[in-house]
Amino acid sequence: MIKHFLNLEWKQFFRSASFGKGIALKIVMLFLALYFIVSFLALGLALYPLLKKAFPEEDPFIIVNGFIFYWIIIDLLIRFFFQKLPVMSVKPLLTLPIKRSKVVNFVLGKSALSFFNFLPLFAVVPFGVILIFEDYNSSSVVTWMFLMFIIALIINFLNFIIESLTAESELSFLPIIVIAGILFSVNYFEILSLSGGVSSGILAITNNSILIIIPILILMVLYRYNFKILKQKLYLDSSLKSKVQEVKTSDLSWTRRFGEVAPFMQLDLKLIWRNKRPRSSVFILIIGLLYGLFFYPNPIYKDMAFIYSFVGIFVTGIFLINFGQFIPAWDSGYYKLLMSQNIKYQDYLKSKFVLMTLSVIILFVLSIPYVYFGWKILLAHFAAAIYNVGVNAHVILFGGSFNRKEIDLNQRAAFNYQGTGAVQWLLGIPLMLLPMGIFSLFYFWINFEAGIAAIIVCGLLGIVFHQRLMKFITSKYLDSKYKMIDAFSQDN
Amino acid sequence: MIISSNLSKKYNDHLVLNIDSLDIPKGQSFGLVGNNGAGKTTYFSLLLDLIKPTTGYIKNNNILVHESEDWKPFTSSFIDESFLIGYLTPEEYFYFIGELRGQNKADVDALISQFEDFFHGEILSQKKYLRDLSKGNQKKVGIVSTLIGNPDVIVLDEPFANLDPTTQIRLKGIIKNLAETKGVTILISSHDLMHVTDVCERIVVLEKGKIIKDIATSEATLKELEAYFAGSEVI
Repeated sequence: MIKHFLNLEWKQFFRSASFGKGIALKIVMLFLALYFIVSFLALGLALYPLLKKAFPEEDPFIIVNGFIFYWIIIDLLIRFFFQKLPVMSVKPLLTLPIKRSKVVNFVLGKSALSFFNFLPLFAVVPFGVILIFEDYNSSSVVTWMFLMFIIALIINFLNFIIESLTAESELSFLPIIVIAGILFSVNYFEILSLSGGVSSGILAITNNSILIIIPILILMVLYRYNFKILKQKLYLDSSLKSKVQEVKTSDLSWTRRFGEVAPFMQLDLKLIWRNKRPRSSVFILIIGLLYGLFFYPNPIYKDMAFIYSFVGIFVTGIFLINFGQFIPAWDSGYYKLLMSQNIKYQDYLKSKFVLMTLSVIILFVLSIPYVYFGWKILLAHFAAAIYNVGVNAHVILFGGSFNRKEIDLNQRAAFNYQGTGAVQWLLGIPLMLLPMGIFSLFYFWINFEAGIAAIIVCGLLGIVFHQRLMKFITSKYLDSKYKMIDAFSQDN
Repeated sequence: MIISSNLSKKYNDHLVLNIDSLDIPKGQSFGLVGNNGAGKTTYFSLLLDLIKPTTGYIKNNNILVHESEDWKPFTSSFIDESFLIGYLTPEEYFYFIGELRGQNKADVDALISQFEDFFHGEILSQKKYLRDLSKGNQKKVGIVSTLIGNPDVIVLDEPFANLDPTTQIRLKGIIKNLAETKGVTILISSHDLMHVTDVCERIVVLEKGKIIKDIATSEATLKELEAYFAGSEVI
């Protein structure tokens, strides 16, 4: 039976429509994996000598165990965001003579083979070998290495439980961050020494190998619990069927004042609020807005005024860049409808433009408090806002005409690269670096005001030629119409 | 109304549609039948300018569809679920289509109120998004949306599939009514020979992209079609 499952997996991988598209991403992932393997190997090899050198009086083995607690928490956090339970299209299997438990065991077993579980071993094994060479009791070191692997597996299955418990809620990442934060602070402020507890637990097990039965028991319990949740979900009416959402309606009649483009604006606003993927790009706004705090309070950047223009573009343009780069892929699900309806392409694009312009204005207003760090920053943000509207909004719309990747609206956003192609990365460069370059040129050549003026002039030029630019962009979209329809209607 | 001339579509040397000439007059209810891969959807996609013809052209009310977009105001269509916007409620979807076709809320409300029995209480004010409706109900929404704004040409791909028997019968009533009383040109494709002969004045059979038969519907048409598709044609 396992043989059949593996066969299915193999075919799913190589025959998927996105195989060609995904291959570049896979190669990037492979390099990332290699990078991490090498880093962990280096860590494992260097850890003992380094610790010995830094803390000659203390036992490196004890120090390392003191850090296991942090490893568990951080690993859990990282996995929460990056590791998903391996998916398998189980629906066709349900009516075949296969035991449900077999399917579940296969899925869980596959997850145990995850890269995340083996990565620690690249550090643990060399470290352990060095320990043995340094005359530590070899049987306890082997127990220790085995224990580390068990802990990796415990984290693995614990993560899936947390994910399945919080997946239903909107801000699913909030609970885990809060819990991790509490655990950290409890430990940090020495209310309860959790890291010490974990450390002494590990020491107890390595000194008395029989105790390893305890973590193994924990692992088994977690596995059983995962098994239980997953098995419940293997019915059509629970998880396999998509959840029915209660409708949230809101009055959008204020968009009327934008005239012709109003229906599209309403559609875009609904698109953003009612779908997971674009909605999370709204949360990124908050991060974007606070991005300036990363630079401005820091005295190092005080004299690097060219940074202002860069941050300004980013702060006022985060929505523009985030939302704009996936135009028109946001509408890929119903692109055929738009193309056969009584729609002027120009209006459709204009509504996107209006939306992005509005976002820039709103973000500029919200960023006014940065004036606290100096009026120059406010001025730079103002110039950047004009540049964003005049140049970047047009550039990003233009870039959209090369967009060939559909987007499944219902997927969660963070670290979701669906719809990301080389074009999007290329676009990012002129969007951010070009204004910085223009600014720096005039800044170093003349002075700060000249740099600001140069950016504003660029932006104003774009606004003056708005109609012409839009005409040009529209013609680009019309040219690639068939290609887009074809690309968007391909199912993965 | 709709003139196709020398129309063909090739995918990598594979000819999927090849129509020398097909002329659909105004007000005709026109049925397209054929087995899978016969080219029905390809023809509709060409008519809606969703794909580009390899040779030839389609003229919709004297407008070349692949050159001008002026056919859009009087043409409406429902090909498949990708014509629906999943995150809207049925009402919002109707209003949206209405806006695109120059109809205000009241116009749209007046129109969809005629279809209350067609919807069978499962569509309107259900507080559900379109993506959460069943396939059949999605289809109902799509079909009714094509009636918004009094179009002259309506294109429906497989409208009877996925519908329950009651709705199929009601849909037939709606289509007949449109063609007879309002002079709307309706293009339908279907695998259901019975329904299509019931509804359409004219039936064209496609096979491997070619027109095999072009029949003005009569009493004998259903028999003729059944015989053809059974593979034992009586002459």
